[in-house]
Amino acid sequence: MTQYFQNIIEAISTTAVSFGVTFKHLFTKSVTLQYPDERWEMPERSRMRLYMNWDDCIGCLKCARACPVDCIHITTTKVPKDFDGLGETSGGMKKRLLVEQFDIDMAECLYCGLCTFPCPTDCIYFTTEYEHATYEKGELVYDYAPVPEQLKNDVYEAIEEEKKAKEAARKEKQRQKTKDRSESSDEDNDQEA
Amino acid sequence: MQQLIQFLQGIGIGNQVLAAGLAILSYSLMVFTFIAVFALIAIYLERKVSGHIQDRLGPMRHGWHGLLQTVADTIKLLGKEDIIPANADRRLFIMAPVILFAATFLVFVALPFGPGAIAADLNIGLFFIIAVTSLVVVGIIMAGYASNNKWSLYGGMRSAAQIVSYEIPVGLSLLIGVMMAGTLNISSLVNAQSTGLFGQGGILGWNFIQNPFAFIAFFVYLVAGTAEANRTPFDLPESESELVAGAFTEYSGMRWAFFFLAEYANMWIVGVLASVVFLGGWHSPIPGDTLIPGSLWLALKALAIVFVQMWARWTFPRLRVDQLMVTSWKYLTPIAFVNIFGVGLWLVLFG
Repeated sequence: MTQYFQNIIEAISTTAVSFGVTFKHLFTKSVTLQYPDERWEMPERSRMRLYMNWDDCIGCLKCARACPVDCIHITTTKVPKDFDGLGETSGGMKKRLLVEQFDIDMAECLYCGLCTFPCPTDCIYFTTEYEHATYEKGELVYDYAPVPEQLKNDVYEAIEEEKKAKEAARKEKQRQKTKDRSESSDEDNDQEA
Repeated sequence: MQQLIQFLQGIGIGNQVLAAGLAILSYSLMVFTFIAVFALIAIYLERKVSGHIQDRLGPMRHGWHGLLQTVADTIKLLGKEDIIPANADRRLFIMAPVILFAATFLVFVALPFGPGAIAADLNIGLFFIIAVTSLVVVGIIMAGYASNNKWSLYGGMRSAAQIVSYEIPVGLSLLIGVMMAGTLNISSLVNAQSTGLFGQGGILGWNFIQNPFAFIAFFVYLVAGTAEANRTPFDLPESESELVAGAFTEYSGMRWAFFFLAEYANMWIVGVLASVVFLGGWHSPIPGDTLIPGSLWLALKALAIVFVQMWARWTFPRLRVDQLMVTSWKYLTPIAFVNIFGVGLWLVLFG
């Protein structure tokens, strides 16, 4: 019988306490962020969308080789030695390769960060951008190589010129060779004769 | 109601029966509009209260602070497909929400909206309300049976057991107000609370403060009334984590909306009954106050009770079936009986 009244008292007191707890929460500031209007501040080192700074890239392909899922696609073109239209990286390194294509497929990326470590110029890194949603999967392939048309043309011309020069040099050499040979064969003939 | 009939006769409807019929129809339309609007507001309130209790904001994006959210939800609900399961008992399935809503709707015949604003001020008003409220169980059990679904039937059976059990504490605690006022008539019940202990009006005249037993009875009614309205923590008939949606599982679209309307109308009924029997009905808590009309006081009191029901919903977890039965039969019912005895003694000694 005492248990019965104890139960009643316990029920009343616990009910009062729990009502008090919820009433307190009724007036505490809510934790909700109105998402499209307000946003969370991302931690500085969070791994969100990859970014590549084309101005600093030397086209060494180390990131593409490190990538475990091969989501980085790079095409480079070697420029002639005497061509210096590519300039230097911010670290003072001379750029020897024109990075024509630098695509990162964020649909494939697994955010491991292995590509960011080997980069000698620290030009590939994660940003805090996290809204990747697109209507088509292809839009997730980010093109980070904004090659100016002028530069491209210059490089191609330089390569063409170098090719021509090489060709000319090779032909010159060939001719020299054949000439030498014919001269020597003449001598031989002479000797034989 | 009489004035409404007189008004209709005044505008040229000579036939007495036709005028009465039109008056009833217009009053029903008014009550239906009231229930719909109240449900709209109550659902918005419920979502806001639940949000803030859980440190969230609730609906925020439709209108100012989400005011139009329930309107949008209603439009969505109206556009939904009305599905009747192939193996359901078709006739009962269609009838169930109608019966449930009609039972709730009938209560509004004797439910006051303010001083004099009552469709039929029956001399057995309170008795009528208690009797008609029990009809809700028929609708729920019918819905559960007709759905031809195990969960629905479980929900219906639970609901039957629950409502039958909680009728008793509800009736017994409302009886205390009847004992103190000496009448079953709603208006007289309220008017008996205009003067109290020291001959003063205001809050001191209200029933729940007259003696300790009435005070306990008020809380017994609040708990049992919440159970009657099938609200959490007593929402076993539709417990969504166990029975999908209990008796209402197979319902969709407007039929489901009728169950929902009935639930919110039930909350309002519990609020109004509690304020009529225990909280002085349309009397102001301040003695001699005539500034705020009585109907507003009644609405405020009823809304306060509705708020307490919402508050309880987000405070307590759902009871187990055996706990539900123990609460009713072992605790609330004996307490209600002791209350009746105590109030009788009190009235004899001090009354």
